[in-house]
Amino acid sequence: MSTALVTDLTIFVLALLIGIEVIGKVPATLHTPLMSAANSIHGIVLVGAMLIGVSAHTVVGYVLAFVASFFAAANVVGGYAVTGRMLKMFRRKAQPTAAAGPTETGPKPVAASSEPNHRA
Amino acid sequence: MDSFSTNIQLVYVLAAACFVVGLHLMNSPATARRGNQVSIAGMVIAVLVTVVLLIHDGTVTGVGWTVIIVGALLGSVVGLHASRTVQMTAMPQLVSMFNAVGGGAAALVAVYGYLEAESRHGGGVLGSTTVFTVLDVLIGSVTFTGSLIAAGKLQGVITGQPVIFAGSRALNVALAVIAIGAAAFMLTTASLPALLVVVLAALAFGVLMVLPIGGADMPVVISLLNAFTGTAVAMAGFVIGNWALIVAGALVGASGGILTKLMADAMNRSLANIIIGGFGTGDALVASAVAGDAQIRAIAADDAAIQLAYASKVIIVPGYGLAAAQAQHGVAELAAVLESHGIEVSYAIHPVAGRMPGHMNVLLAEANVPYPQLKEMDEINPEFARTDVALVIGANDVTNPAARRPGSAISGMPILDVDQAKSIIVVKRSMGTGYAGIDNELYANPKTSMYFADAKKAVAELTAAVKTLVG
Repeated sequence: MSTALVTDLTIFVLALLIGIEVIGKVPATLHTPLMSAANSIHGIVLVGAMLIGVSAHTVVGYVLAFVASFFAAANVVGGYAVTGRMLKMFRRKAQPTAAAGPTETGPKPVAASSEPNHRA
Repeated sequence: MDSFSTNIQLVYVLAAACFVVGLHLMNSPATARRGNQVSIAGMVIAVLVTVVLLIHDGTVTGVGWTVIIVGALLGSVVGLHASRTVQMTAMPQLVSMFNAVGGGAAALVAVYGYLEAESRHGGGVLGSTTVFTVLDVLIGSVTFTGSLIAAGKLQGVITGQPVIFAGSRALNVALAVIAIGAAAFMLTTASLPALLVVVLAALAFGVLMVLPIGGADMPVVISLLNAFTGTAVAMAGFVIGNWALIVAGALVGASGGILTKLMADAMNRSLANIIIGGFGTGDALVASAVAGDAQIRAIAADDAAIQLAYASKVIIVPGYGLAAAQAQHGVAELAAVLESHGIEVSYAIHPVAGRMPGHMNVLLAEANVPYPQLKEMDEINPEFARTDVALVIGANDVTNPAARRPGSAISGMPILDVDQAKSIIVVKRSMGTGYAGIDNELYANPKTSMYFADAKKAVAELTAAVKTLVG
């Protein structure tokens, strides 16, 4: 077994464990957006489809690159767009007016550096 | 590794980190949108750095660029259009379609990877990546056709009933043996024909694997196919030696696996049982006796409205029937009217309500229901005893007390304790049975009143009646 392969396998196993750890904490409310988000992430295969281009110089290669790019791009773009569309609907309070807007949906992003004394 | 490719790999690691952080932020509805944006940022980084890599490499032909750019643009347009126009009730189909194209793309990458290696080294090449190539092709192909069939079933293009013909199970086993056999052969003597046999057998297996599974089990199947796609993408990562693909694929594989397990647990069934066949697949079909002896009490909108208007605590139990009738907006309006008169309203969401995990939450969120009102089964069950009215709309099997004792088709399935409420109103079109094909004992409960109507119409009538009562 080559070193590269061992490295790849290590990364795979660790990523699998991280995935189980991270995803196990997602509440049932968000399971559909989660699945949709995971769906868009596997669209990373677009990178693989693009890399076909490096050596493609035959008709078969071009056709495979075309179909793979098409599929993967549909996966990525569509997946992220629909996840965003779903998440936009989740609100903490019913909105009397549209103006109440997404700013009230959650706590402000807390940059670690901006509020260093919060816990001190 | 020269410094250029090292830097490129590092950028891929950054992209992978974005995916992990993005998924982590999904653990609360308040941060989930940011999570999606972080994930998008990771994807943009990965794609941009790949473009840099392609330019740096300098071997991409003009045709190659055209093919990639046109393919990606067309795919983006199709994906964007689908995501903008899809109804929230049709989300599971869309997820399934994305599984199909993702799995298909992963399989194509591996097929190309093999062709390329063959043209460089001649036939019969055995690299350390052959095993990943074969696994990628196998899993990706099964996912491609399996997801298309699952989407077709959910969309109603293909019958939701389990499709079983004489010898279908034997054929399935034979296809699996051929696919795995050819894959094993590839490991000893790599050849293009063997790889094509793997592709074809796996494609056929995907079709036959999903066809015999009933529509009610599709959520679990989609979840499983999602895990498959992730795994296929990780395998593609091994083939082309790309960490971003490996990490992203592993993350998706883990998420699909966890959700599949949660769904199967919520239905009290093992994965094997679902894949091999359970409810409504011939032998397991329970003949439902007509409940002639049970007393069913039917009521009209006005009576139901009186119960609701004078309650202090109401729990709404939505099922897929509500979504199918597009009644989620009406329910939200009814709840708002009740709440404006000081009545406490919450929603009891069973894990398998809807067509995929968490689907009902999305449907209610679309109707502007605040997410803190949506309670999970374990959280809401103790509250039923303190509830004046449980309003069941379009939910059936998940409320059937028969699940608590052995001897029924749904025995052991976790249910919502609706029968504990002081009174129960069930909105239903008819006395028809749910997916399990058995009578719901809840309907014969003396505390239960049946309001026979289409969910959308019923909710509108209830809202109007409550409004006139409480003014």
